[in-house]
Amino acid sequence: MPQFRMTGRGLWITVLIVPPLCFVALFIVYPIISAFAYAFFDWQGLRRLDFVGLENFHTVLFVEPYRSWTLNAFKNNIIVFFALMVLQNGLGFILAYALWRELPGARFHRIAVFLPVVLSTIIVAYLFKLFYHPLFGVVNISLKSIGLGEWAQPWLGQSGTALWSIIAAQAWHMVGFPTLVFLAGMQRIPGEILDAVRMETESEWVKITKIVWPLVAPSATIVFTLLFVGAFNWFELPYIMGGLDGSPFGSTDVLGLYFYRTAFGNVSAGQQDFGLGSALAVLIFIFIAAIAAVITTRLRAREIQL
Amino acid sequence: MSVATTNYYDRRGILGTLGRDGLLQIILIANTILMLAPIVIMVFSAFKTTPQIFQSPFGIPDFSQVQNFIKIWSETNFLRYLLNSFLVTGASMVLILTLGTMAAYAIGRYAFTGASFILMFFLAGLTLPLKLAIIPLFMLMRDLSILNNQLSLIFVYTAMGLPSTVFIMTGFIRTLPNELEDAARMDGASEARIMWSIMLPLVRPAMVIAGIQNVVPIWNDFFFPLVFIQNDSLKTLPQGLTTFMGEYTTDWGVLFSGLTLSAAPIIIIYIVLSRQFIAGMTSGAIK
Repeated sequence: MPQFRMTGRGLWITVLIVPPLCFVALFIVYPIISAFAYAFFDWQGLRRLDFVGLENFHTVLFVEPYRSWTLNAFKNNIIVFFALMVLQNGLGFILAYALWRELPGARFHRIAVFLPVVLSTIIVAYLFKLFYHPLFGVVNISLKSIGLGEWAQPWLGQSGTALWSIIAAQAWHMVGFPTLVFLAGMQRIPGEILDAVRMETESEWVKITKIVWPLVAPSATIVFTLLFVGAFNWFELPYIMGGLDGSPFGSTDVLGLYFYRTAFGNVSAGQQDFGLGSALAVLIFIFIAAIAAVITTRLRAREIQL
Repeated sequence: MSVATTNYYDRRGILGTLGRDGLLQIILIANTILMLAPIVIMVFSAFKTTPQIFQSPFGIPDFSQVQNFIKIWSETNFLRYLLNSFLVTGASMVLILTLGTMAAYAIGRYAFTGASFILMFFLAGLTLPLKLAIIPLFMLMRDLSILNNQLSLIFVYTAMGLPSTVFIMTGFIRTLPNELEDAARMDGASEARIMWSIMLPLVRPAMVIAGIQNVVPIWNDFFFPLVFIQNDSLKTLPQGLTTFMGEYTTDWGVLFSGLTLSAAPIIIIYIVLSRQFIAGMTSGAIK
């Protein structure tokens, strides 16, 4: 009887665990492992040809025009990452600090700041594309109405402003996320510590830099890492607002667009190349994994256990 | 510390508090206006004709003017896209919650060899950016003959949703007390019956959190339909929106009402369930 019961339970556990495992194995683990393998082959359309070793990697890193494209997209991703560190995470920290004080209306402000986060990126992209319209967009109309008409410009149409305009839309879309993660971190700071600080100093600056900031370190680790991964996977906003080519003149091209374009081709360039695309995917993947690991371990080290 | 400086601190304390709170309140109000203005302009513009939008972009419209919406209803595939999104999101959520609960229950409730390894296997999927594996996924869907079929989306979303669901649910299921389960086992209830009638009713709060964390990205996803779906009648809402926005480029009234209609379902649900949304969507980032 006990023996039978054990096998019965073993069977029951198998029934529970195998179907979900199959989904993850087939649609996550297998594709990711294959992506690495694909990068070492030559491809013609959907047909795999010869094993070519590291040639695809060599091409995207060192052979023109791929080399310039890769470097340009990478440079833009770095700009995006640092700009969003300030606009999204920095602003998020300030907003979280303001919300934390539970001033009148805090509940309403909290709901408002998170509202854009639930919207589809595609809706945000089109909405801001209309807002940035040179003639009829509300951005230029607002500037003209407050007497700053000379500042009005084709925001998405010129290399100098296009990427920054898209970054601003991204910050509007997502600032609520770090805000509420930081807020949750601040709300976990024990009241005794805050009382003790109040006895010691009145300086808000000291309180923020010496107490609040170190104690929300776990939240910072997570939002910094997520922002890093997100910034180097950036696709939807530049795809809609700048186009698949990163218009104008590649000024909004990022690795996500470049990878997609290389793998699946586009109307103007035509050619699709799974080999080069996979090589790019592997490089981006390794870069993200390596830097994210460094960020996480470095930031974890300064977290304080209470 | 002298009396004078203490006084100085006191006075500065009160004024400082007022001044500081005032500044913080101003920051919050300014930010809230900035957050809501684009959405308000979008909704207002949806009720205007294109010339009205160009002439007075900030004006309050006549809300009885619904010709833009009628146009969308009668001339476009919008309703089709909306139904497709409901179908794909609904099917994915049913699969995610069913399979996720099954795996989490097995890992969290039974001690068996390899349990921690299996949990690690699921968690590995938590951080991997699956977008970068889109080429092999495309080939896999082709080999399974489900390219241009919504099953491809449902399967990918299910696999993507499982790691976070298993993570949240396992943590929760482990905290449930053993007494109920043991009592039922004494009474001779089968393992399946214990799970279904005794444990499952208790895990609903975790299901809500895991559900919201997954439903929003799936409902909003654009990347996978872009690669897997070509047929217009199979497109989901974010993808259909790109078709629609391309067709009506000059009719801004229709564009804004299309955006408003697309945003309406999730905004309304968010306003009703904001607490659960915020908890669910940040749950992955809060320990």
